[in-house]
Amino acid sequence: MPKDTGIGASSKRREDVRFLTGKGLYTDDVSLHAQAHAVMVRSTVAHGRIVRIDTSAAAAMPGVLAVFTGEDFAAVGGNPAGWLINSRDGTPMREPKRPVLAHGKVRHVGDAYAAVIAETYQQAKDAAEQLAADTEIEELPAIVDMKAAVADAGNRVHDEIPDNLCFDWGWIEDNRAAVDAAMKAAPHVVTLELVNNRLVPNAMEPRASIGEYNPGTGDYKLTTTSQNPHLTRLLVAAFVMGIPENKLTVVAPDVGGGFGSKIYHYGEEALVLAAAKKLGRPVRWTAERTESFLSDAHGRDHVTKIELGCTKEGEILAIRTETLANVGAYLSNFSTATPTFLHGTLMAGPYKVPHVYVNVKAVFTNTAPVDAYRGAGRPEATYSLERVIDKMCRELNLDPFEVRRKNLLTPDQFPYTTPVGLVYDTGNYQATLDKAIELGNVAGFEKRAAESKARGKLRGMGLSTWIEACGIAPSHLVGVLGSRVGLYDAATVRVNATGNISVMTGAHSHGQGHETVFAQIVAERLGIPESSVEIVHGDTSKIPFGMGSYGSRSLAVCGSAMNKAVDKIIAKGKKIAAHMLEAAEEDISFADGKFSVAGTDKAKTFGEIAFSAYVPHNYPLETLEPGLEETAFYDPGNFTYPAGAYICEVEVDPDTGKVDVVAFTAADDFGNVMNPMIVEGQVHGGVGQGIGQALCENTSYDENGQLLTGSFMDYAMPRADDVPFYTVDHSCSTPCTHNPLGVKGCGEAGAIGTPPAVVNAVIDALHRGGMTHVTHIDMPVSPHRVWQAING
Amino acid sequence: MTKVTMTVNGKAVSAEAEGRTLLVNYLREGLGLTGTHVGCDTSQCGACVVHVNGKAVKSCTVFAADLEGAEVRTIEGMANADGSLSVIQQAFQDHHGLQCGFCTPGMVMSSAALLAENPKPSEAEVRHYLEGNICRCTGYHNIIKAVLAASGQDVPAVAAE
Repeated sequence: MPKDTGIGASSKRREDVRFLTGKGLYTDDVSLHAQAHAVMVRSTVAHGRIVRIDTSAAAAMPGVLAVFTGEDFAAVGGNPAGWLINSRDGTPMREPKRPVLAHGKVRHVGDAYAAVIAETYQQAKDAAEQLAADTEIEELPAIVDMKAAVADAGNRVHDEIPDNLCFDWGWIEDNRAAVDAAMKAAPHVVTLELVNNRLVPNAMEPRASIGEYNPGTGDYKLTTTSQNPHLTRLLVAAFVMGIPENKLTVVAPDVGGGFGSKIYHYGEEALVLAAAKKLGRPVRWTAERTESFLSDAHGRDHVTKIELGCTKEGEILAIRTETLANVGAYLSNFSTATPTFLHGTLMAGPYKVPHVYVNVKAVFTNTAPVDAYRGAGRPEATYSLERVIDKMCRELNLDPFEVRRKNLLTPDQFPYTTPVGLVYDTGNYQATLDKAIELGNVAGFEKRAAESKARGKLRGMGLSTWIEACGIAPSHLVGVLGSRVGLYDAATVRVNATGNISVMTGAHSHGQGHETVFAQIVAERLGIPESSVEIVHGDTSKIPFGMGSYGSRSLAVCGSAMNKAVDKIIAKGKKIAAHMLEAAEEDISFADGKFSVAGTDKAKTFGEIAFSAYVPHNYPLETLEPGLEETAFYDPGNFTYPAGAYICEVEVDPDTGKVDVVAFTAADDFGNVMNPMIVEGQVHGGVGQGIGQALCENTSYDENGQLLTGSFMDYAMPRADDVPFYTVDHSCSTPCTHNPLGVKGCGEAGAIGTPPAVVNAVIDALHRGGMTHVTHIDMPVSPHRVWQAING
Repeated sequence: MTKVTMTVNGKAVSAEAEGRTLLVNYLREGLGLTGTHVGCDTSQCGACVVHVNGKAVKSCTVFAADLEGAEVRTIEGMANADGSLSVIQQAFQDHHGLQCGFCTPGMVMSSAALLAENPKPSEAEVRHYLEGNICRCTGYHNIIKAVLAASGQDVPAVAAE
């Protein structure tokens, strides 16, 4: 019988009611007295030298209050990269300044070099058009293609970086010779060159920011579309604006999706604060969708050559990859970690492969910055690995299910140290594979394929067995790896006098349902109704600290901090109970919402303890403080390692090349599950995005660096009729061994495991149709590309 | 600027609008009805869908000034008279048909229009009808379930987990 409340219950989401009735409060919904409107002026060329910006005409237009250019921010700091990556030769990465507004040069289409502030949005927009007309930019040749970028020493995105190379990273460099030797000795080597297509995250809410300044106190407030308001506060205050952190409040109210793109600090956030201070009025900015396409951090964009050495029976002996990773024109905050420590460390997958070496060259180009997008590095690793294993199966005529089974780690091998620096704590990869085979009805596939064939369609089945490292992240590990921040989290649990509870969490919910799930956990642990617990997030003035939500970390890290604070509440409650019941503290036990004295019927309810804490008429004040509020910081001991097996079935129309995903099965191990309904929803969303990457989505720049896919008319988002119902399962659970809830994280799974399953299915369909010459098709596997492959 | 008068969620309202003011801006800025969202600028995403004279309309594609006297219904007008969630809204909550909530108002308005036209749609008909509403969070799975459930049909076994 499923639970109907607390941990493990599919509690309905409390946040839904406001979203379903139009009462959500997103940044653009906030309206302030005397607010002014900002419009950014963005480069229309990919690469150019700013010759002249004449602001006079724009400044004189109706309603215009101020005009800003890069010159106004030349003296303040740049937006920094969060991870320092060293190249193979030990030299640090090249790290050009990323200014609030472009200064001297523009480096991608959409690079903002000026901003206009006016009484109304339309006035600002009109004046921004005038300013663009009064700007002279000497266009320079655009650097778009990564191979050309590193080959052409004369043409530079940043004048001080001669080869457009940010770093040349080897993982693990000391193992390179051994990997080379193992590859050379391998009886069979499979080679695959592939592109992990550049994606635009496209959260449905465009970015927006509102700056406020109080001239009386010198306090700033930024309301913004952020996944991590504390990190934004740190970056804006300490790195860019040079203002004390305690004079800046950052609020991220309801946020309409993030998927990574709202982790980062963007220049518009500093701009609205500077403008608010200058004008003494609130200043707001909201991106148009095309601005989002042009200026949000994009995702993926790897070009990879992967080699796999194996026996003729399909035992994997060695893996070696060379990747060019596009970082775009500037380093976004996580951009250097994504292709390195979130990618190279996953290249062993869930397999017992002894030798792995990863080389990544990160390349500057005249395109929008590229950073973490749902999965971040791990989808790229998984795609390379699962595609090359599929190719191995075809070359050696082996069964892809059996090959996985042969190479997967077995439950008795944990904890397992990979050759790429991680220690997997627990897992049962055979169990998820078996579950996927069962739920995907693999046994019935041939019959379904025959039915498809009768309708003129080619049916194929594709498999991927994936793993990720998430619950980001243990500070002691990421510190060694180059992170400039710790990745712990914090929570405060405040028990109010009347017994209801406010939880201030460093996680930020922008779709994940924290307001519901976190309340379930606290309610269960304290034996009180869920409705008595309120989750407060997204406001640096209310919450002790936090690193926000990304990397499937909310529950594993922020939830663990909250759980730790609850431990402290219970401990304090025992102290209070001991005093009230005149018993020894060690004789007090807490269960079902009651503090009891062991071996007696003496007890106090949680509510009585809470009330007493705030009405301490007879407390021994030397040993017992009034109040019932606790804060905890939690730093994870290790990453968490969710894993699973995905099976995709497609039908390919051989006449048009169109691919339909007709069935999709995801069997995942997320450890303990707090709310199955929400976990399943997270997987659905990730699978949908994975199908989007595999079949529809592509970010296309032409040779001049013009973004050809800059709107929803050109960039194919997956829509309701592009996807099927998914079959998802999370019953094969091996709880995480090192966090108190035993949770692993589920937010990114679908986006990681799905793309190779889809592409493997397409290749399978074509092979079954006799087109065995097709060994690979790059994503998105569009009708055009499939048709070309069929007829090529 | 001219004053534009219409009926929104059953109430007579009026607000100033320029000739270029879109219905969505009239609702959000003129009337403070911020439940209707702007997710794109090419009439593709559907976050701004409202009902105009009973039909689903992307409110970013029509000028407010052209709608003098029109009957408009927005997400703020979808709940039951006692404030409880309507059948379609309740189905979205029951089936976890929303995550970040940003596309949700448009999804609900489009779904309500679909069910008004076609009370028992098939799965394929729901998917086809909602093709103009983009959701980035849910993979559509639970949205389709919610709409089928709101129509009183048994959600297909495959979708029921």
